[in-house]
Amino acid sequence: MTADTTLHKAPAVPGASGAPARPPRRRPASPARRSGWTPWLYLLPALVLLGGLLVYPIYQLGLISFLEYTQAQVSGGEPTTFQGFGNYATLFGDSQFWQVLLATVLFATACVLATLFVGCALAVLLTRIRALPRLALMMAALGAWATPAITGSTVWVFLFDPDFGPVNKVLGLGDFSWTYGRYSAFALVLLEVLWCSFPFVMVTVYAGIRAIPAEVLEAASLDGASQWRIWRSVMAPMLRPILVVVTIQSIIWDFKVFTQIYVMTNGGGIAGQNLVLNVYAYQKAFASSQYSLGSAIGVVMLVILLAVTLVYLRLVRRQGEEL
Amino acid sequence: MSTRALLRVRRPGRLAAEAAALVIAAAVAFPLYWMVLSAFKPAGEIQSTEARPWTLAPSLDSFRRVFEQQEFGRYFLNSLIVAGTVVIASALIAFLAATAVTRFRFKFRTTLLIMFLVAQMVPVEALTIPLFFLMRDFGQLNTLGSLILPHLAFSLPFAIWMLRGFVKAVPEALEEAAYIDGASRTRFLWQILFPLVFPGLVATSVFSFISTWNDFLFAKSFLISDTSQSTLPMALLVFFKPDENDWGGIMAASTVMTIPVLVFFVLVQRRLVSGLGGAVKD
Repeated sequence: MTADTTLHKAPAVPGASGAPARPPRRRPASPARRSGWTPWLYLLPALVLLGGLLVYPIYQLGLISFLEYTQAQVSGGEPTTFQGFGNYATLFGDSQFWQVLLATVLFATACVLATLFVGCALAVLLTRIRALPRLALMMAALGAWATPAITGSTVWVFLFDPDFGPVNKVLGLGDFSWTYGRYSAFALVLLEVLWCSFPFVMVTVYAGIRAIPAEVLEAASLDGASQWRIWRSVMAPMLRPILVVVTIQSIIWDFKVFTQIYVMTNGGGIAGQNLVLNVYAYQKAFASSQYSLGSAIGVVMLVILLAVTLVYLRLVRRQGEEL
Repeated sequence: MSTRALLRVRRPGRLAAEAAALVIAAAVAFPLYWMVLSAFKPAGEIQSTEARPWTLAPSLDSFRRVFEQQEFGRYFLNSLIVAGTVVIASALIAFLAATAVTRFRFKFRTTLLIMFLVAQMVPVEALTIPLFFLMRDFGQLNTLGSLILPHLAFSLPFAIWMLRGFVKAVPEALEEAAYIDGASRTRFLWQILFPLVFPGLVATSVFSFISTWNDFLFAKSFLISDTSQSTLPMALLVFFKPDENDWGGIMAASTVMTIPVLVFFVLVQRRLVSGLGGAVKD
């Protein structure tokens, strides 16, 4: 109820939450509104699935992260013992964890910035060209978007293959191996992530720009504003809600990158130099059977992404959007 | 349209922009072109260090290897079953839930909406560990159900969140008119609301289809011993060999795996663009 009152900004609910007994004027009591259990009936399948396969596993994830849980416990050979914060202490005491955390944050930030910049720039470009080149760019982007992460990753590795790939030939790099060095491997993965994730930003922002009234853009252009100026002072402010959505989605997706790293750097690179948290958790759990450590890493990721969510919610609420 | 006036003002600028767009389109499409090209190249050319961007002797050898070496048809079918079930079930369940949260006022409505938003942030990969134990306890390991159920659950929050805008866009007057005309709530839901929201369902289903079709983490983790239940991504990984990758096989398998998604995209393309605009504009 409290969330209700704070989230509904002024125009939507004048006093609705204060007086539930008397239906507010603006919402006539149609049959759909009156019966209390119908919405719950509609929600039932979704809630059952989410409860069983999302909420309960999250609870279990938290639980396992506080237990001693290795192969011995999985097979039932040894009883599970409560570790308290032992797993977290182990994790935070491990310098590799901090290294991976830093790499994850930097890598995700680079991916998000690159995706947003390229996506927005191409969206603006789309509005300035005629139908045919627009269709070409749109189709190419949709193709990249549609490509499954795993096939996209393999194709990119092949393109940059030191022996058989065309990229090294064209750039004259000889047999330079992109996946050998830490930074070149990250750069390669970043390119692939950019390739498959900019289309979402481009298409969404393009749809948003088309919704801006023509007169506004015309006026700006007649006043002699440069393209950059029009973007910064006219389009970007009007597109703010859309930009917030694509930014947050990009953060969520790029922070959780798994397939690309796993496939392109062969499970995290040489000596784990290209690990990000997601792959790190997986390797800890399934490769070295340290399920509790893997779960602790998962909890850390969850906390970080929840923080991002809270920032997002604040932004949405500041805009006064009704949920 | 909105930019036509701008275009008239700067003609040379537009030509440069169009040239740039075409170059970028070619660059973006190049990996896909290379994938298909390599799939058709004869073995000798793939392993040659020349890396020519064309082939004079296209061959189906790589595809033959893909289809013959393993039970590729079965993997393909398994992938289709999993993705198809998830897309249809997720669309129906999300439609019901989106209707509930947009067309009814009830206690905890806003709380639920926030939960759906938060649920999208959950790193699915991190849940592989507890889900593995869950599937084991329910005897679902090595079954397609172990892939369908989690993907269904994980596709729901985003689908509900996105469908909300579409359900909201249907005017309330229409609903009231339907009831005045004597339609039952169920009739309104399936015969009036559902067709109107259908474009939104299509846009949403793209996301659930892709994430399910692409998944290899769950397949890798839950289908441990029974390879007859494997899905396409697993079949692709087989061609990665520690000593020397079979690039022809990998590219052919990738091509086969990408085509259904491309077809799906082309089919829903127009609805997707308008759907995204609608969902975001809200």
